[in-house]
Order: sequence, then C-alpha cells, then structure tokens
Amino acid sequence: MMQTRIGYGSTKAQVSLCYNQEVPRRFHRFFIIVIPDAWLLYHKVEIQVLWEEVYPCLMRYGHFYSFMTSDDRLSNHQVIINLRSMNNILSFDKVSGILVCEAGCILENLISFLDNEGFIMPLDLGAKGSCQIGGNVSTNAGGLRLIRYGSLHGSVLGLEAVLANGTVLDMLGTLRKDNTGYDLKHLFIGSEGSLGIVTKVSILTPPKLSSVNLAFLACKDYTSCQKLLSAAKTKLGEILSAFEFLDINAMDLVLKHLDGLRDPLPSSKHNFYILIETTGSTESHDKEKLEAFLLQSIESGLLTDGVLAQDINQASAFWRIREGIPEALMKAGAVYKYDLSLPPEKMYDLVEEMRGCLGAEANVVAYGHLGDGNLHLNISTRQYDDSILTKIEPFVYEWTSKHRGSISAEHGLGLMKANKIHYSKSLETVQLMADIKKLLDPNGILNPYKVLPTSVLPQRGEEEPKKEA
Amino acid sequence: MRTTTSAASRETASMRIMVAIKRVIDYAVKIRVKPDKSGVETSNVKMSMNPFCEIALEEALRIKESGRASEVVAVSVGPAQCVDTLRTGLAMGADRAIHVEFPGTLYPLSIAKILKALVDAEKPGLLLLGKQAIDDDCNQTGQMIAGLLKWPQGTFASKVVLDEENKVATVDREVDGGLETLCLDLPAVITTDLRLNQPRYASLPNIMKAKSKVIKKLTPQDLNIEIRSDLEVVQVTDPPKRKAGVILSSVDELIDKLKNEARVL
Repeated sequence: MMQTRIGYGSTKAQVSLCYNQEVPRRFHRFFIIVIPDAWLLYHKVEIQVLWEEVYPCLMRYGHFYSFMTSDDRLSNHQVIINLRSMNNILSFDKVSGILVCEAGCILENLISFLDNEGFIMPLDLGAKGSCQIGGNVSTNAGGLRLIRYGSLHGSVLGLEAVLANGTVLDMLGTLRKDNTGYDLKHLFIGSEGSLGIVTKVSILTPPKLSSVNLAFLACKDYTSCQKLLSAAKTKLGEILSAFEFLDINAMDLVLKHLDGLRDPLPSSKHNFYILIETTGSTESHDKEKLEAFLLQSIESGLLTDGVLAQDINQASAFWRIREGIPEALMKAGAVYKYDLSLPPEKMYDLVEEMRGCLGAEANVVAYGHLGDGNLHLNISTRQYDDSILTKIEPFVYEWTSKHRGSISAEHGLGLMKANKIHYSKSLETVQLMADIKKLLDPNGILNPYKVLPTSVLPQRGEEEPKKEA
Repeated sequence: MRTTTSAASRETASMRIMVAIKRVIDYAVKIRVKPDKSGVETSNVKMSMNPFCEIALEEALRIKESGRASEVVAVSVGPAQCVDTLRTGLAMGADRAIHVEFPGTLYPLSIAKILKALVDAEKPGLLLLGKQAIDDDCNQTGQMIAGLLKWPQGTFASKVVLDEENKVATVDREVDGGLETLCLDLPAVITTDLRLNQPRYASLPNIMKAKSKVIKKLTPQDLNIEIRSDLEVVQVTDPPKRKAGVILSSVDELIDKLKNEARVL
C-alpha cells in the first residue's frame, strides 16, 4: 500500500491518505475537505480511516452539520468528510419499494428517481435540495410526514457504516423482518455521526399516491387545535399525511418578511392556523372525506374558517407559509430556537409562559408538527442579548424536563445541547451512551464534543473522568 | 356627472356573466408522453382548473361583487369528471354551472360551437374565458366564439373596467408591443391573461354552499351540435433534449463548427 502524506503549506492540518491501486471493495471513495480556515484542496481518493493518525473527523452530510455555533475547540486539525461523491443509487425493488443507495445521495434526487418509479421517500423537509440521505439517517431527521410514514428508525431497513478504526460494518439488510441478534443499526440512526460514518442506506419507500389534498384552517384557541387533531386522526384515518400548526405571531412574521405570500384567510385575524394534508389513492373519496370532516368541524365549532387548495400551486403556497417561518425569523433579527417534544395538552402553556415572562422584550413565535407533539419555540428579538437569554434558559429546559419532554425533538444535540442532555435523559442512560461511545470510538475522533456531555467523556488528551459512584 | 336611471341600472344589474372553464392536467405536474406516442399520460395524474380559466372566473366574481352583474354561470365541456372542476368553480362563488358531457377529444371550434348554443340559450351580457388552455395552448376558442356570435372581443385582458351605464367594457390587452386599450360594446367576449387578477381560494363556507348549487347536465345532441373534428393527432413526442453547450478554444474552431456542424456558413 502506498501512503502519501499531503502537507499544505501554511496550514497546520495534515491528512494521511492511503492510495491503493487494487481498490479493494471495502475501501470507499471520499471527498476530503481539510479545514481550519478555508477550503483547500479536495481529492477524490481511496482512503482508509487511519487508526494510527488520529484526527478528529467532522461529518458533513450536505448541510446537516450537527452544530449551530462556531467553537474554538474545533479550529485546529480537523478533517471534514463529505460523502457527496458517493451518490449512486445501488438498487431499487419495484415490488417491495426497497431502495438501496449510497449515503451521499441528495434527498431531492432520490425523490425524483422514485417519482419515476411511482414511489416517494418516507421523509420530506425544506432542505431536501441539499441534504444527503446519510445525514438524514445520522440525525434521524423528522420532517413533515412523520405522522404518516413514521421515523427513520422504522423506514431504514439496513445500513453500512464505517467505524472509527476503519472496520466496515455491513448491516445493509433489505428485509422487513430480521430478529437475529441486536439491531445495531439503530445506534447509528440519530447518533449524529459520533459512532460511525454511515456510507450506505437501505430504506423502505412508500408508493406514490395520486390524490393529495391540503387545507389551511383557523382555530380560535389551542384546545380546539388539539381536539381537531384527535378528530382528524379518527375521521381522516389512513389518509392523514400531515398536521402542522402555526400561531398568529408566526403568521404575521411570515407575511411581513417573505415576498409573494398572501394570507389565505384574510377576512379576519385568527389565533391559530392549522395545515392538514391528506394523501390517498382515490381523489373523489379523499376529497369527500376531507370536506365532510372539515364541514363537520366548522359546525361543531372546532374550526372558525378554512380554505381548501384546488390545485398544486395553491397547495405549494400554503406550504410556503409554514415552511417559510424559519427564513422569516432569520430576517427578523436574532432568534433563540428551541425544538421540544411535549405532551400535546401542555405544549402551548410553555409558549404563553414565555410570553408572560418576556413581555414586550421579545416576539415569542410558535409553530411545529402538532401531529407529532413537536413544538418549535422561537424567540425573536432585534439582537442577541444575554439578559434575555438568562430569562429563557434554563427555564425552557427545566419546564420541558418537568413534563418529561424532550429538549431536542428532532434537531439533535450537536455541540450546543450536548451538555444539556440530562434534562431529558437519566444519568445511568447517559453513562451507558458514553460506554458505547468509548467502545466504538475510543480515541474520540468522530464528531468530538457532540451529542454527549463533557462530563462523561474525556477531553482529548485528558484522563478518563471517574465514573459516578 | 350623470346619474343612472333606475331602469338602466335594473337592466345591467341583471346582467349575467358566463365563464367557460376547462379541466386540464395540473400546471405543476411533470408531463409524461405515453410510450405509444398517442398523447400524454392522464391516468392517475392530478387534474385541475386551467389557471387562465380560474382568472376568468375570479374576474366574473369580482364584477358580480361590485354590483355590476347579478349571476355568474360556469360552463364546461368534456368527460364526466368535469363536474369536479365545476364544483371548484361553484366553491369559488359561481351561482350555477352547466356541464356539456362529451367523452371524446374536443378541439376549439367544437367548443366554440357548443358555447354559442349555450350563449343563445342563456343570453349572458359577457362571456369570459381564459386566453388559452395549458394543455393544448391553442388560444383559439375565445376568438372563434366571438366570430360565431359576431360579438366584439378583447383578448389577453390584463384589466377590465365595465361601464354599465353605456354598456361598454374597457379592456387593456397585453400585446407584444406593450398594452393596448380597447373599448367594446356589450355583449362581448373577453379572454383573460395572467396579470388580470389573483384568484381567490375556495373557502369552506363556500364549499358548503356549493353543495346545494345546481349543475345542469347536457349533451352536444341536446344542443343540436355534431362534434366533428377536422384535425387528427398523428403523434406526440417529447421535444428533443437540449444538448450541452461546448466551449471552443479558438475562432478557427468556431468557424469550422459553424460551417460543418451547424451548417450556417
């Protein structure tokens, strides 16, 4: 094996590469991007993640960075591995809908490919144009259709992962049922690249159904929203495919900051807006069912108003309102973002408490996947202000913890929330996670400082901390 | 300023507007040509109201809401599923609908003849249509029916102002050179262009009301029209795929390519 050491002038980082002419199957092609300060050079080479040269690796799957702030600890000797050249679709079974592809495939490309075959991906998110499926799997991405198709823990049938010591773990099964031993793939799904690098994914895709209907609705209070959700699950049943909510502050923000959008219900101001989507195989049946449900909801007072999209353009316009909220928040100034799972009946209580606490200092905006019990709480202010932050944290985390909620429903922990994990997980659980991490990545080279708190993992170069008695 | 006499205002206030709408493959759907090249795939594909027809209906509703018309009638010619599109029209606010059922292929001249028969029966003061349908892009029906009725026509309308006193419509048309303003005596045919208005959404209360609105069913025979086509579609194919551009290294190479490949020199 020929080893090439590539040194780049003034930078401190060096990358050792192993270039093998015979190209054994177990070695994969990677793009390597070396950072500290700027993009340097990238080579498409055969590499083996080296055991001896221990450099921290940061997984980059499209834009699924699992950190949201810059941090000094990461500035030296980092290797970012981008799998975007591993973007082949390996196989697709038209009968079962099982798709096997490499981790660097962009979600939108997979959606287009499946479209030709009459299938869809079980997840859909705003970032589909740039996110890679490996990242989606590594972060257990949620998205808009979780209420219908479940989480990736259910739809991923198998994966191939590369461990920190270079071992290629082939768990790329395409079987719906396989109870042979511990189902290790679940460790990698949602571990944010800290246990291994996902290189191939096998995923069960649902058939593409032709009849999609979307309603944009208004409710007068949060209790109605909840009752509407229960009613929707019962009356719409198998055709319900999305149930999202946004409050009046979110609506106002979106209409103010984004171009080309209009209020679907301009006749009056409503406190809560709900998006209900149905997906089924028979247009007439679905439309009838949806209309009957909506009309009944108006009659019983659950809804105060609503409109039904008559074509795909109108449906896109409604979705743009819901999906545009993060963008609008960015344009409005500084924002403190919290992604929480809470018991549905308690969800909005937190929003109201935050409003009471912050008053005129901030705009408390709430929206999210009501169908999944997932609140996106966003506090929007002119600029970042520590005095506001102290009013928010740790109050939000403590409140969530008190109600046995999750401090990160779908966004993950990354760097920012790694040390907050104890708000949602017990000490014993976190300790076991640390043990697993040490087993799979003893030198801590994969996504260091993320997911697990520093209290249970040694700092690089330091002694292992004593275990809790 | 002249004040309208009560007789005149009663007359125009009872003006009926007829809007012709077409059911087409939804604008946002990716079109696929059938393997036998006989047409495009329409089974299991989302169908919706033609966007320009939606704009025409919206304009009719606005005219009615401003008090200048008393009734909006939506009409559609085509297979049984046209009823869905008419229901959407009723849900937007049309008062009633007429469906002329015909399962086969229809070309603009046949539609125009059917519309003429309907106009003769319903006697609207204004006939609104979309400028063209997004499936065939013919842009002919409005003009043909105006010819058959011998009515004035204002096509590609981007603005419509009705003067009910003088029974005249002022229409701004989008033409290649810019905007052209015409004054049409009513009754007239107007076809709508994109910038005329932004159609409303179908609200739930209106969807509820629409359930009790009438859709009258007719056939071409009822109107004494024989559907006969002078056109036959021979083949439908995808346009040829655009080839990637080539960056050339010298003027000589350019001349060579222009001469020998593109054959324009």
